[in-house]
Amino acid sequence: MELFDLALIWAFIIGFGVIMYVLMDGFDLGVGILFPFAPSEQDRDTMMNSVAPVWDGNETWLVLGGAGLLAAFPMVYSIILPALYIGVFLLLAGLIFRGVAFEFRFKARSSRYLWNWSFAGGSTVAAFAQGAVVGAYIQGFETANGVYVGGALDWLTPFTVLTGLGMLAGYALLGSTWLIMKTEGRLQEWAYRLTTPLLAAVLVIFGIISVWTPFVDDMVRERWFSNLTVIWILPALTLLCAFQIWRSVRNRFEGMPFVATMGLFITTYLGLIVSRWPYVVPPNYTLWDASSAYESQLFLLLGLLFVIPIVLAYTAWTYWVFRGKVRAGEGYH
Amino acid sequence: MELDPLMLSRIQFAFVVSFHAIFPVFTIGLASYIAVLEGLAFKTKNPVWEKLSGFWTKVFAVVFGMGVVSGIVMSFQFGTNWSNFSQATANFLGPVLSYEVITAFFLEAAFLGVLLFGRNKVPPGVHLFAAIMVATGTFISSFWILAANSWMHTPAGIELRDGVFHVVSWSQALFNPSFPYRFAHMALASFLTGGFVVAGVSAWYLLRGREVEANRKALSMCLWLLLFIAPAQLVVGDFHGLNTLEHQPMKVAAMEGNWETSRNVPLLLFAIPDQANQTNHFEIGIPSLASFVLTHEWDGEVPGLNEVAVEEQPPVAIVFWSFRVMVGLGMLMILFALAGLFLRVKGRYFQNRWFLQGLRFMSITPFIAVLAGWFVTEVGRSPWLVYGMMTQAESVTPSLTGAMALFTLIGYVVVYGLVFSAGVYYLMRVLYVGLEDNDEEYDHEDDRPARPLSAAHVPFEIEPGKDAVNHAKPINQGGH
Repeated sequence: MELFDLALIWAFIIGFGVIMYVLMDGFDLGVGILFPFAPSEQDRDTMMNSVAPVWDGNETWLVLGGAGLLAAFPMVYSIILPALYIGVFLLLAGLIFRGVAFEFRFKARSSRYLWNWSFAGGSTVAAFAQGAVVGAYIQGFETANGVYVGGALDWLTPFTVLTGLGMLAGYALLGSTWLIMKTEGRLQEWAYRLTTPLLAAVLVIFGIISVWTPFVDDMVRERWFSNLTVIWILPALTLLCAFQIWRSVRNRFEGMPFVATMGLFITTYLGLIVSRWPYVVPPNYTLWDASSAYESQLFLLLGLLFVIPIVLAYTAWTYWVFRGKVRAGEGYH
Repeated sequence: MELDPLMLSRIQFAFVVSFHAIFPVFTIGLASYIAVLEGLAFKTKNPVWEKLSGFWTKVFAVVFGMGVVSGIVMSFQFGTNWSNFSQATANFLGPVLSYEVITAFFLEAAFLGVLLFGRNKVPPGVHLFAAIMVATGTFISSFWILAANSWMHTPAGIELRDGVFHVVSWSQALFNPSFPYRFAHMALASFLTGGFVVAGVSAWYLLRGREVEANRKALSMCLWLLLFIAPAQLVVGDFHGLNTLEHQPMKVAAMEGNWETSRNVPLLLFAIPDQANQTNHFEIGIPSLASFVLTHEWDGEVPGLNEVAVEEQPPVAIVFWSFRVMVGLGMLMILFALAGLFLRVKGRYFQNRWFLQGLRFMSITPFIAVLAGWFVTEVGRSPWLVYGMMTQAESVTPSLTGAMALFTLIGYVVVYGLVFSAGVYYLMRVLYVGLEDNDEEYDHEDDRPARPLSAAHVPFEIEPGKDAVNHAKPINQGGH
């Protein structure tokens, strides 16, 4: 009866949703992180205008991922959310504050500075929390009988603080290269100048994480160092992307820095996946252990196969409509 | 005092879900009202309908936006605080809740955008179609949510294997025994909410002499609607109650404050339930009426709380009083609907200031009644979460400590307090600016469907000199 390995299909869907979310919400969170440091208030308007039309669609992937996780891999949902209890709260609070800032900042006059803080603070907290989630995932979770048995702040370790900072730097890099692509003049020049130091910060933090990770977990060390495998191509590609960012910024290319930064994120993400595959709740449970019932996965898959192409088409259409440079004083009201 | 993670999680869920519920309950009713207005505008070509529709669409956009933001939190609550429940029920609830997300996405992506921003960009027929689809979409959304909730009250179509629910029949699970009653009761509640809010706001504009023609039409429509649905809700509520009596007798016993199974049970108008001593104080009741309402016989037997152990009883006082608040407000609504008819026959309901003032204050009552109703049904299910199969204590996240739960409870109260004060304040601004607002000067090209608030172009602060035009008697709007 079970024609397909639905768990595998679902793992692919959720995995795809996660990277879509990271790339797309990543640059608009990055713009929020860089927000307080912008040269002027007018530049802040331009920065916000550059992401205002698309950020909400970007967060669709988060909601879809959360609901899909409950439906397809309930064990992941019911172990990781309790384990990251405080972190999840911070993430949601951050996203709420920055979300409403988009709406109200454009309508506000004298209270505008409050919404500036709401936007920047919310973005920074949400980005850090997401990085800490990644770190916690690499660390693994203390479980027994399919239930989380660790403490409230087990996820908060020097390692996860570092991954949190790494995500902050990474998203800021996505944000600055996005601004290079979408703006011009003084703001673009500012973004160019920012990109190289941000890239350096990302490389240093990602480097430390890469060296540290095998010490955090035996399985990861085994996978990378037991013998020289094909997966070493991923970090090589990551470095190639980093080089490409550096070179294209030096040559003042406009689109390439952003594209190369996305490449850097994708290769790092794939590196993370191969480190842990097929464990979705490390160190104990694989994606097959964590799956819901076959008929439940099938019931939702039918609807989702129909909706994902539409979400993608809608997303592409939105980006097409708002293509090109954002200029000061134009756009969103 | 030991912090109890179970109790704190229950309070937290009650807080976030109550906060969330008030938004959709209003938008579901309002969406249908907008669709009707659009239909009238399409058919009669009378610009008044279009003006009303345009204004209420703006209000819809703001409230819908707040509903979406508060809804995101809900989708994570199940995992953070009720992980055992999530793990056990995911086979059913996971797909059902995901389908709700998919519905909501379609609603936003395809039709809400056309409704909010397309008036001058698409043909009138297409705009009307979008309005109807948005109204339909809100019902499909509530279908999934209420199916999930009803299943927790009257589980069906499932099998419990090794502590995990497996679906054996999707249709039985979705259309479980309490679902039709809950859905009808909730749909009418949404219409009542939409009706009383529109009536109250129109009455307020009429009192201030603003846009008299349009607001009279709106008020008249609402009063006709309320005349039918306010009494209809009483009937549907009665059927829902009988369904509850069949499936969850202890909830009904708590609603009636009936401690011992007996005949000729009085309908209590007032009492102070005392759970410790399993009795009521200061009872005032109408003899045998509860028996008659529940069994349709004066000496019918009504189940009492003594049928189960004390620790399996729901908290009686909350259920008992929430039920009275809900029914009392329902009666008040019927009274207002009838008063409207009475004044209409006499031809002076637009002039009667007392009536208009009363309607103004009535606009808040459906929200209180809806929350009270949910308190009855949710608290009345205690100690069960999936009725008869899984208790609240079994469902809570095992690793959760009282301190953690308290931290996030305070956190959510603070975040919601800040964010939604801003939202409600802004809604008041939209209402204050009113139908006269002319936003033609704005460039609409960046307005986006999934960002519904962008449909309202009202500035956040009051701008002196610009805004208070032709408002004869400005009253304090809070904050300024």
